[in-house]
Amino acid sequence: MVKEFRAELHVHTVLSPCAGVEMIPPLIVRSAHKNGINLIAVTDHNASANAGAVMQAASGTGLIVLPGMELQTREDVHLLCLFDTLEQLEAWQAVVDSKLPDHNNNIKLFGEQFVVDSTGDFIRREKRMLLASADISLDEAVNGVRNLGGLPIPAHVDRKANGLISILGFIPEIPRFDALEVSNRISIQEALSRFPQLKGYPLLQSGDIHYLDDFSGRLVFHLEEPTLAEISMAIKGKNDRDLSLQITDNLHNK
Amino acid sequence: MNLQTIIKELDLQVLTTPKDFTKIIPAGGYVSDLLSCVMVGAEAGDLWITLQSHANVVAVAALTEAAATIITENARPDDSVIEKANSQDVILLLTPQASYEVAGKLWNLGIK
Repeated sequence: MVKEFRAELHVHTVLSPCAGVEMIPPLIVRSAHKNGINLIAVTDHNASANAGAVMQAASGTGLIVLPGMELQTREDVHLLCLFDTLEQLEAWQAVVDSKLPDHNNNIKLFGEQFVVDSTGDFIRREKRMLLASADISLDEAVNGVRNLGGLPIPAHVDRKANGLISILGFIPEIPRFDALEVSNRISIQEALSRFPQLKGYPLLQSGDIHYLDDFSGRLVFHLEEPTLAEISMAIKGKNDRDLSLQITDNLHNK
Repeated sequence: MNLQTIIKELDLQVLTTPKDFTKIIPAGGYVSDLLSCVMVGAEAGDLWITLQSHANVVAVAALTEAAATIITENARPDDSVIEKANSQDVILLLTPQASYEVAGKLWNLGIK
């Protein structure tokens, strides 16, 4: 029996220097609920230390949290790396850690990078600059994530900064992506007309949540369980699983 | 100035199958790592300087009819990319120098 999951698969926490200071686990959980969202993925830039805390904060609330990361590849492309378990994510984080440049964050220029617990209390500052490219090619990243059982999805492909189409000129045929994420700065119709090459790809739309107000919950899945295997089926429209994008008031153009 | 002289002057490594580079006379140069910009901005016969090494570089070089593509900072592409370049008659050159340095040297050689 399929159930409805209203999703945001691209959520940043206070670990991402560009995210608002309110992006702590309990407030993320509360905002998701407030917007009728029952499935999110935590995707900090090149980092994952807060994913477990959000999962813990959501535990028992009915909100499902998938652990993930927004990787910046060698080419400067942003790639959502979604996983089912923290163990998979930790294995991927170890790969990324070995390929990140060893530069310290400049808090004044980029913002704070906080690791917090499930209540949002401070644990430590991440010293390394997370807004950087890991020395992992897009191909290597896609293969690496898939080999760990994860789902790689290029993020905000319509955006000039760190979007796949702007950086690589067009969507490569290999590897074939399961789906592409379009930012919420553009309607799907506009995206398709500006980038006709998007036709034929399942498109997810996300708020790329950096602030609590960014939750839109446009993305609706029908799944039996909130797992990547089920999401993959929905992306392909198989076995009564599906995804749709609903118009909400919270589609912003900022 | 022909490509053979440029390769020698800048000490560039030829990644694709060598051919008679003396017959290739680059018309100008273009520097960008945003392939979407290159597709619009580069002109036929340009030397394209980039530190990208993704397979799409080959398609963009072929599309814009680049005289050759100089990949900087030793961002060596995978063998599959070099193979693809050979099949598309795209010339890939490699250097440890940064794009700024390469562009400056080309400018001094009179490629403007």
